[in-house]
Amino acid sequence: MAKKNTATPSTEWNYAASPESTAHIRLEKKYQLFINNEWVTPSSKKYFPTINPATEDVLAEIAWANDADVDKAVKAARKAYTDVWSKISGAERGKYIYRIARMMQERAREFAVIETLDSGKPIRESRDVDVPLACNHFFYYAGWADKLEYAVPHKKPEALGVAGQIIPWNFPLLMAAWKIAPALAAGNTVVLKPAETTSLTALKLAEIIKDSGLPAGVVNIVTGYGDTGAAIVNHPDIDKIAFTGSTNVGKMIQRAVAGTHKKTTLELGGKSANIIFDDAPIDQAVEGIINGIFFNQGHVCCAGSRLFVQENVADLVIRKLKTRMESLYVGDPLDKNTDIGAINSKKQLETINHYISIGKAEGAEIFQSDCSIPSKGFFCKPTLFTGVSQSHVITQEEIFGPVLTIQTFRTIDEVIQKANNTPYGLAAGVWTDKGSRIFNLTTKLRAGVVWANTYNKFDPVSPFGGYKESGFGREGGMHGLSAYLK
Amino acid sequence: MVLNMIDLTTLEGKDTPGKVQQMCYKAQHLHDSLPGLPPVAAVCVYPTMVAVARKALGNSSVKIASVSTAFPSGQSTREIKIADTKFAVDHGADEIDMVISRGKFLEGEYSFVFDEIAAIKEACGKARLKVILETGELCTLDHVRMASDIAIHAGADFIKTSTGKIQPAATMQVTYTMLMAIKDYYDQTGIMIGMKPAGGISTAKLALHNLVMVKEVLGNQWLTNEWFRFGASSLANDVLMQLMKTESGLYQSADYFSID
Repeated sequence: MAKKNTATPSTEWNYAASPESTAHIRLEKKYQLFINNEWVTPSSKKYFPTINPATEDVLAEIAWANDADVDKAVKAARKAYTDVWSKISGAERGKYIYRIARMMQERAREFAVIETLDSGKPIRESRDVDVPLACNHFFYYAGWADKLEYAVPHKKPEALGVAGQIIPWNFPLLMAAWKIAPALAAGNTVVLKPAETTSLTALKLAEIIKDSGLPAGVVNIVTGYGDTGAAIVNHPDIDKIAFTGSTNVGKMIQRAVAGTHKKTTLELGGKSANIIFDDAPIDQAVEGIINGIFFNQGHVCCAGSRLFVQENVADLVIRKLKTRMESLYVGDPLDKNTDIGAINSKKQLETINHYISIGKAEGAEIFQSDCSIPSKGFFCKPTLFTGVSQSHVITQEEIFGPVLTIQTFRTIDEVIQKANNTPYGLAAGVWTDKGSRIFNLTTKLRAGVVWANTYNKFDPVSPFGGYKESGFGREGGMHGLSAYLK
Repeated sequence: MVLNMIDLTTLEGKDTPGKVQQMCYKAQHLHDSLPGLPPVAAVCVYPTMVAVARKALGNSSVKIASVSTAFPSGQSTREIKIADTKFAVDHGADEIDMVISRGKFLEGEYSFVFDEIAAIKEACGKARLKVILETGELCTLDHVRMASDIAIHAGADFIKTSTGKIQPAATMQVTYTMLMAIKDYYDQTGIMIGMKPAGGISTAKLALHNLVMVKEVLGNQWLTNEWFRFGASSLANDVLMQLMKTESGLYQSADYFSID
């Protein structure tokens, strides 16, 4: 800083790049399957690359499990269930889960960086949301392991056996925690498949599981594409399928398990309504709208992607929203200043762009913030569409990206009707100063979660899940246990 | 830039002409071993000290701000408050820092508060009016926002958080709320209102937090001492210490920075 002698010093301050270091992480060049607490070469002999969506650089090669590999994993899980896990006490199971939680916390920084590298989400989110929440899920369910009879009163809690779990790419480590922690607490063993674009943090979790001394075979992690997932779903010795992902795949799974003994929970897509009334604290609501749709690049099943604004404040809200969008930083996910990182994959970016072009073709008015986006990697500007109705395709179908549609409404009945007028029913947000209106709406909105004057707030204690085509079964909280108990 | 935005302040019962003269010198000679430093924006004193400050500052660009309206409590009659203000202006104050009647505000007598600000604005004549909300006594951000709107619409040139006598004073949340009120008013009318957080901002780092907030909420045009001030007595020396550190690479002892 030089001597400042002028009455008008420069005010063109830009934030210096502030990237989180990657020097401390350890990544293998090649990852095998994690079966029976060992790293196993896939019998397919096939591997696929996992890339950093922000740079398109290859991070590692990942094993591609076929039917035989999945069978091996299920056998290991069955043996571990029969020989060890179903025999030890709940308190003992709890100790292992606590240990995993603590070890994750100790390595939180490494997890956050790897999550950001592999998924494209900003480090601010992986560091402050994904990883701490994932640890908290393990801590929370560890506490339940020896108290199951209180979770399901008047019933003898009994584990199901082997759970096959298939998780998505939007919150890779967090979804692994959502699935593994309650399954273990309830006394099940696990075969988990991460999404093909984001296997790394699940494999790092496997390292911790091995180091924690968890009995071999209790948690097995098989990586691969949809065919690997299908092998899990169709395996006859699996007792339970837990799936988080798209509604289409959910329907396929539902068909595949029909007529079998397998229990299922499905957590699928959404097109959630975020409703702003005229008495809402507008500036806070604008922050909530931003958080609702641009959190994790909009790759959130419960994203508040349909915004409903009461007509008498619509101009104000839209103006403030646009101003706020201009201040979002889009770019390097590792930079601590970044608000919106990279789209998870080329394929997803194409899907989003496809919907944006549909929106334009449908005659909706588009607004994108005036930010620059990196030339390499997969990025999408924060986008909103105004002048849309329930009849527009972009308000009906899940886009799973940073694209918001804005509709206006006049009366409370109208907005309830429109909010429920969707095949989905995962979440909703309500912004109003009036408590009675909140309770009125929460009883009438057909959505698994309704947030009042906040959005995208998660906690291990609170159950999460959908109505209608957003799936069934609840994850999180006490309710999350019953999905893994007879 | 920070130095040039400071209202160097002494508001104590024990203020004397001597103390005020010393501060006025400091206001123009912040740290002479570091050449080229700007003076502070203003000195802030009690009405009785305005004449002393006027004499001490001479033709300097440093403005004189005077608190008035029965500062800091504001518990007095309208006539006395107007007289207080006129007295300060007549003795050469360029700016008036008034306090609102928090008691009346909390009673719900919003028109009283509005009328009082408007009356003081009239009494100010050419002097610019800063309206102190004393946010520490308003307690909620809803109140802060409402008091900001009342002050702005009643004719404030600046809105200011605190007297410095009540804690909490200029917290980031309170300043942000007031900046949002200024922004909304500007969006509606195109009229700029100044902001002065006062009390508690004693380090360069906190000052930077505030400047970033101003820049992000209101934009670059507010980043001059015409539209933004820090009400502070100890901030200047911390900024000077940081400046010396960038010069020399070393932190100096606080003893190297004058206290006036």
